[in-house]
Parts: sequence; structure tokens; C-alpha cells
Amino acid sequence: METPRYLTRNFGNPGALAHEGYVKSGGYQALKKALGMKPADIIEEVKKGNLRGRGGAGFAAGVKWGFLPKDDGGPRYLAVNADEGEPGTFKDRALLEQDPHQLIEGIAITCFANGVHAAYVYVRGEFHKGRRTLEEALRQAYQAGVLGKKVMGSDFSLDVHLHPGAGAYICGEETALLESLEGKKGFPRLKPPFPAVKGLFGRPTIINNVETLSCVPHLISMGAEAWAALGCEKNGGTKLYCLSGQVRKPGLYELPHSTTLRQLVFEHGGGPRPGRSIKAVIPGGSSSPVLTEKEMDVRMDFDSLGKAGSMLGSAATMAIDDSTSMVRLLQNVSRFYAHESCGQCTPCREGTHWMHKIIDRIAEGRGQADDLDRLLDICDNMAGKTICVLADAAVFPVQSFLRKFRAEFEEYIRKGRKMSLVGWTEEMPEAPTAAGIH
Amino acid sequence: MPKLTIDGKEVEVEKGANLILAAQAAGVEVPHFCYHPGLPVAGNCRMCLVEIEGSPKLQIGCNTPAADGMVVKTDTPKVAKARQGVMEFLLLNHPIDCPVCDCAGECYLQDYYMLHDRAHSRLEEGKNKKKKAEDIGPHVMLDTERCVLCSRCVRFTDFVSKSHELGIFGRGSTEQIGLVEGARLDNPYSGNVVDICPVGALTDKQFRFKSRPWYLEDAETVCDGCSQGCNIVLNTNPNPYNKVGQARAYRVYPRENAQVNQFWICDEGRYSYPSLDQGRAARAARRGLPIPWEEAVAELASGLKSALDSGGPGSVAFLLSPRLTNEELWAWARLARHLGVGQVEAGDGIKRTGGADGYLIQADKNPNSEGARLLGLGPRAGVLGAREVLKAAGEGKFSALVAVEQDLGAVLGMPAFLELAGRPGLLALVNAHESEAASRAPLFLPRAVYAEQEGSFTNRQGRVQRLRKAMEPWGDSRPAFALALQLGSALGQEPWAGDAESVFLDLARGVPEFKDMTHQALGKSGLAVKSAVAA
Repeated sequence: METPRYLTRNFGNPGALAHEGYVKSGGYQALKKALGMKPADIIEEVKKGNLRGRGGAGFAAGVKWGFLPKDDGGPRYLAVNADEGEPGTFKDRALLEQDPHQLIEGIAITCFANGVHAAYVYVRGEFHKGRRTLEEALRQAYQAGVLGKKVMGSDFSLDVHLHPGAGAYICGEETALLESLEGKKGFPRLKPPFPAVKGLFGRPTIINNVETLSCVPHLISMGAEAWAALGCEKNGGTKLYCLSGQVRKPGLYELPHSTTLRQLVFEHGGGPRPGRSIKAVIPGGSSSPVLTEKEMDVRMDFDSLGKAGSMLGSAATMAIDDSTSMVRLLQNVSRFYAHESCGQCTPCREGTHWMHKIIDRIAEGRGQADDLDRLLDICDNMAGKTICVLADAAVFPVQSFLRKFRAEFEEYIRKGRKMSLVGWTEEMPEAPTAAGIH
Repeated sequence: MPKLTIDGKEVEVEKGANLILAAQAAGVEVPHFCYHPGLPVAGNCRMCLVEIEGSPKLQIGCNTPAADGMVVKTDTPKVAKARQGVMEFLLLNHPIDCPVCDCAGECYLQDYYMLHDRAHSRLEEGKNKKKKAEDIGPHVMLDTERCVLCSRCVRFTDFVSKSHELGIFGRGSTEQIGLVEGARLDNPYSGNVVDICPVGALTDKQFRFKSRPWYLEDAETVCDGCSQGCNIVLNTNPNPYNKVGQARAYRVYPRENAQVNQFWICDEGRYSYPSLDQGRAARAARRGLPIPWEEAVAELASGLKSALDSGGPGSVAFLLSPRLTNEELWAWARLARHLGVGQVEAGDGIKRTGGADGYLIQADKNPNSEGARLLGLGPRAGVLGAREVLKAAGEGKFSALVAVEQDLGAVLGMPAFLELAGRPGLLALVNAHESEAASRAPLFLPRAVYAEQEGSFTNRQGRVQRLRKAMEPWGDSRPAFALALQLGSALGQEPWAGDAESVFLDLARGVPEFKDMTHQALGKSGLAVKSAVAA
């Protein structure tokens, strides 16, 4: 099924990495159009286009921009969140590496619409290639007069700075990102005050995801109605889905929001490997509650997945087939959150670590009858009780795994050490020798 | 002024007050670790979660300003569960080494465990190990295992001392408080981090392992280290058996006073308390030989009398000190007036000055210079200053000189002092501490220090602040006002006062700036003197 491509239209076309090639493919026309519009009209347009934030929360971008105080006189900033770290997500990286000018165009339009003259792109530390690519694109954009004192010959001036992160997942949380940009440790900030009022360097700040900003040029050039029509109600445009896991054709798919999870996994992703069946799907990154095979007829937009008890998040869809132990998977996921909790708030600092210890123990075959209830109680003591949502992100998989696959955990606990080898031995040609078991 | 309901009680609080303070006003305690009124809000401990009507999630009290019509509940099962959850998390990797922890008895973890947790640990796995007994500065030890990572100390060094020595290092459950590379916790206010640490992570090198806090007695008094007059609690341990060493004063920590020192005190003031016990003069003496107090007073009285009889009031000089309390100064001033002595002055023999930092530490190291000035004993026309008095005495202009809390050996140098001491006439020294001059003085009487008497100091802002007696006077020593009263009755002065309180009442009647003040009225945080214009 061919769907028109917008965000990924230049993917596989290395010529578009250069300013010239990007312009040839129709680039920077949207910026030119935007510079001729009234800033307030651009914001209105983005609101009408139902552009939802692609970072995970799905907050309407135009509404977010509207939170900036009117004419407060001082500087205001745009922070571009390119610290893509949610396990399973690989869309922003592709956008940085394959079409950096599209992002720059989106940044420029957004800044013009909001009266921002300085934008900071916070790039995940591990994205070496993406950073280099964007660096070169920024250089060319300055040279070509897209950035700098006179943006495309207009009176609007804009500087875009690039700031590499240092590898902490938490710095993708918007206020931790601001702290990190300011040179401090990446601890999320208390809200209120919200960044739109008091953000980077104490000034009003918008924080947008790379994909969100990359959508903006398309929305502006085709107009809000056309953009909105690409998606479904309240979810305008196309969306990048990062399909991974045990499917035949994992990869990055640009599809309309109206695609269902089943279509994504079975039609686009080619379904499970031969002889296997899909038993579960994590729809939107490791923190989104897991869905069973039966729950896959849900539309992949922010609202439908929310109603289904999960979330679209960063649209990192991970398919899990029947060869995978949910216990082992949760062990892996919980290790991630224990490792990445910034440690600021008590429940998350101690809770993520404790949950990981317990799940580790269960996976090693030393589980106890009351472990599962204990885990759920820990979840209850963490969820919604911290500054940022990392605690919730760590809790959702535990709660949903235990709710939907409790039998697998109980089996591990019941069978003890014997069971603990299953995850490893099943796919192995031979069982490990006695000497291999400790 | 927002009006809100907390646990069914309606209160009206200051605009901007958070829910912890609002609850306090309603008589409800909201437990907290990281919130401290003197520091920016961090909101990380999550202990102060409360239920607010209309808000689906629990909210932290520290970062929620009280709003009009708000209905707050702290006594619901939901809140209780959240508190217990936080306590369980905090104690999860805590070593529970209370029996050897210096903070036991004044630890938030202990208190809140009894109030909000009371459960066994459900941790089956091993606890995290972290660094213990780390020497992080001249005054402070750090135990990172006991730390609850509330970040109070970090915020203190960032926002109050502005010295930035501490940080949080690492991530998640293994993160630790620590020193920034190359730094030591060595700043003029470093001791405060021990006070604000809610648990036993930061302990005071000078105090640790000396005494259990429940054996200590509190005296809410004022530091005598400089003219700022920071409000302090002086801890004493009067019991000889349950402490290490024989000292009486064991610890000083600041008391809140928004007008003077907020919540803090400098290290210089904090760690000066050993001088209350060390080097103290216990007995009156005649040229170094102990004599009974009464004999010394009688000798002093007769010496004054014969000087007055032979040379008149002009032959007598009283040299007081800005380290004396208002009461001591007033009693000597009244004695001087009774005897007609004009040469009475409370100046600095040696300028006791030092560094000032524009915050709490003042250059004038005397606690009561302003008091001396207001009582008319400061440097003024027609009266010789301290050094001039001594010069004149050396030339034989005075036949009787009484110096109270002046170290004449240091002011004059010992040879000159001995020459002065060898002259005929009366030379009496009244000092709290032993010195070479004290042991060679023709007559010496021991004085009780500020911590051994009731009284008051007037700080540099003109705030009269009350001193409380923390311990009995050392040996035979007495407050200088008691000596002045005794001398007065020996020299025919009408009885006018008996104790510090009555001396102060008389002072308040006699000095317009102190009008209507009483010890009770001074309260815990003192009163500003009345401006002279009104008088």
C-alpha cells in the first residue's frame, strides 16, 4: 500500500542533505510562504492543522505555542528536543541524518511564528552522525541566508545553536533538557512555573520534538485543511512509526494516523516470523502499556490508543512473538528505568531500582509468592507521585505486563530455577551442561 | 490573604505561603524532608503529598501556594499510604545504624517512621553500599548511606553560602551527595549544613560522639561573637555521666530570627563555645593567690572608698567593655553615678575587629557596642577612651582603676601592666578568663560569661535581644552586674535592683530608647530600640 510521503520524502536522496538539493526538491518554500504571513496566523494554522506533539505526550503544538506570554519584551527561546531516547524509537535520528534542512525549515517557521530569535537543538549524545549532518546543514543554511541576521532576506533574524547531550535518557524530559542546556545536571524541574512562562535561562521557552518541527513546513505549504485531512480527527498529518521487534519487516514507516496497530504489524511489517505468532505489542515505546494480540485493532493515533489503555508515545511499536518470555522482557525494561532514573524524587529513585531487583530475582528463579503483589504496590507508591513522568513510565510496563501476562510470571515463581533457564535454552540447540548452571 | 480549609479547619494565611506553612497555621504538621523555609523549594522528597479537592493526583505541599477556597486534606487514607510509601523507599537502602548514629534522637527518619510508617522492610535483596564517614571539610563529616538526597545541603551551598562545594553525583538509587572535584566544604557557614540535614548524613566533627542529644538542655540565647547578635540555641549537658569529656557547653546551633540571622550562623560563632568552659577563672585572687569572693569585694570597696576620700571622684576610673551585657553596663553606670565617678567608659582596649562579609559576619567582634553607646558609655567628649585611661593611670592620674572584661596584659603589654600594677592605689581586674595579667593583678575577680547569666545585648541594628542562662557561673564567678550591686550596697548605695531582670527594668526607665521594655517583652526574637527622635 503506497501512501504519500512527506516527512520522509527526501529519505534515500542524499542530494537533499545539501541546501541546494533541498531547495531543488521544493525546500524552503514553506518558510518563504510563512515569512509573508502574520505570525499569529501561522499559529492559528498549526492549531487548525491538528498538529500533535510527536515527543510522546501528543500535546497540540499550536496550543503549546499559545501559552507563551504576549509581548513580554524580553528574549524567548525554542528548544528543539532531539534527545531521542525512548527504547524502540528511531524516527528523530532518521530525520536528523536524512533531512536536516527540513528540520531547520520547521525551526525557522516556528521561531518566526513565536517571535523567537534563538533556538537550541539538543541532540542526543550518541547521535554522532545526526549531529554532524545537522551541523553541516546549519552551516549551509547560514551561508545561504536561511539563518542569521536576515532570514531569507526578511527583517527576521534567527540563530540556531546545536548542543550535544551526554547520554542521559532523562534529558529528553523537557525541563531536564533545559537544565542540561543551562549546563546543570539533568534534573527535571518542578512545575509550575511552566517553561512557556519561565524556561531556558529563566525566559519563556517552547520545547518541540524534531518530528513535530519537521511537520511544520508541510503543514504550512499544503495548508491546515489538507494537513488535517491526512490524519484523522484531532490527529492531523502523517506519522512516523518505528516498527521493531519480532516482525518480518521492521523499519520506519510514514503512515496516516488512521492506520491500525494490526495493519502496521501485519500489513506493513509483514507479520511474525514463520511458525511464530504475535502475542503482544508495545505500541509507543517501552513505557507504553503493553497490548495483547486481541487488542491490536486500535487506530494508531494519540486518542484511540489512550482509550485502549495505552499510548502512542513516541510511536515506537515493538512486536513480541510467542518465543519471548514476558518476564525476561520486563527484566530488561525495568533495568533500563532503574538505570535511567535521575534519582531526584524518592519514589522513582528507590522504586525503579527495587522493582528491577525483584524482577531480576523472579527471572533468576528465586521469585516468591508475594512478589507480584509487592511489585504492584510499589507501582502504586510511585505512579503520579514524582516531579516528572519517568516514574509513571517505569510503572506502566510493570502494571500492564502483570495484568495481561500474570500467568507467565506465576510460572516463573512456581517453577523456580528450572524456569529461569527457559528464556535462554529454548532457542539454543543444546541445553547448557551442568557446569554452566550456577 | 487567602482563606482555605485544612483538615476541616479554616485558616487565613499570608499570600504566597505554601501548604506546609498553611497547615502549620492550622495546627497540622505536614511531614517533609527537602523543604526548608530558608532555601528554594526542591520538591524531591515527596513526603509532603496532600490531597487537594478538585485535583486528581496528590500534590506536594511545599510547591503549592495556598489559594482562596482551597480544601486540603492531610488525614486521608490516600495521603497516609503515600507517606508510608515514601518512608519505605527512603528506608529501603538506609543502613538503620541509629545505635551508632550521632543524629539518633533528632532524626526526621526516626520521627516519621514512628508517625507514618511502622512497617517492616519488604526488601529481600541486599542494600546498596555507599561511602561512609567521609571527611568533607574542617567541620563536617558525610555518611552517604544515611543520606535521603533531599539536597538541602547542596541548595545551602548554592544559594546561601554561595560557595558551591557540594553536588549530587551519579544517578538513580546509587547517586550520592559529594564534593565538587577539588573542593572541600570549607566556607564561613559550613556548619549550617549539619543543622539542616534532616538525617544523620552530615554530622558535626566537633560535636559527634560527645553526647546524645536527649541529654542536652537548650538555652535560647544570642551569640556573643560579633555585633550581629545571631540567635542561637546553646546546648549544655549538666550531667557528668552521660557524656564524653567534662565540658558543659556541647553545641551551638542557630535559632530562626528573620530580622537578624534568618536560619543561619557563621562557623566562627558556632564553634566558639568551648571558650565557655576552657581557660575560665574560678577564684578571686590577690596577686595570683586565691582569696574568698567576699574578701575580694570588701577589698575592692575599701580601695574605692579610700581613693574617693583622698582624691575625690576624679581619681577613680571604671573601664568597662562592649562585651558586657546591657544589665552589667547599666549596673556599673549606676554605681559610677552614685559614687560621682565621671570616668566610666565601655570602649575597646584592643580593637576587636575582623573580617566582615556583608552578610552575618560583622567587623566589630563585640556583641554589645550599640548597647554601650545607647547607655551613654561609648566614646564621647569629656571622657577618656580606654587607652587614654590606661595612659593616664600609668602617669598616676588615677588612684583607683577597675577594669571589667578588658585584657590589660594584652592592651598594655606585660611590662607596662606590671609597672601599673606596682603603683600605689587600687587596680582591680574583673575577667571571665585566666590570663597572665589576671594572675599578676593586685586584685582579681572572676566574671560569669554571657552564657551563665540572664541579660541582653543590643546588636548593631539596635535590636535588644535576650540572653538566657544556660549554665551556672563557673567557680566563684558572678555576673558583673551582681558585683556592681554588691559594691553599691557596701558603698552606701540605696538598694535599687536584685537580679538581671530588675536591673533591666531600671534601665528601661532610665534610657528612653529602652522605654517600656522588659525581659518578657523582648521575647525570643528581641525588640528594636525606640528611635531617639520619639523620646
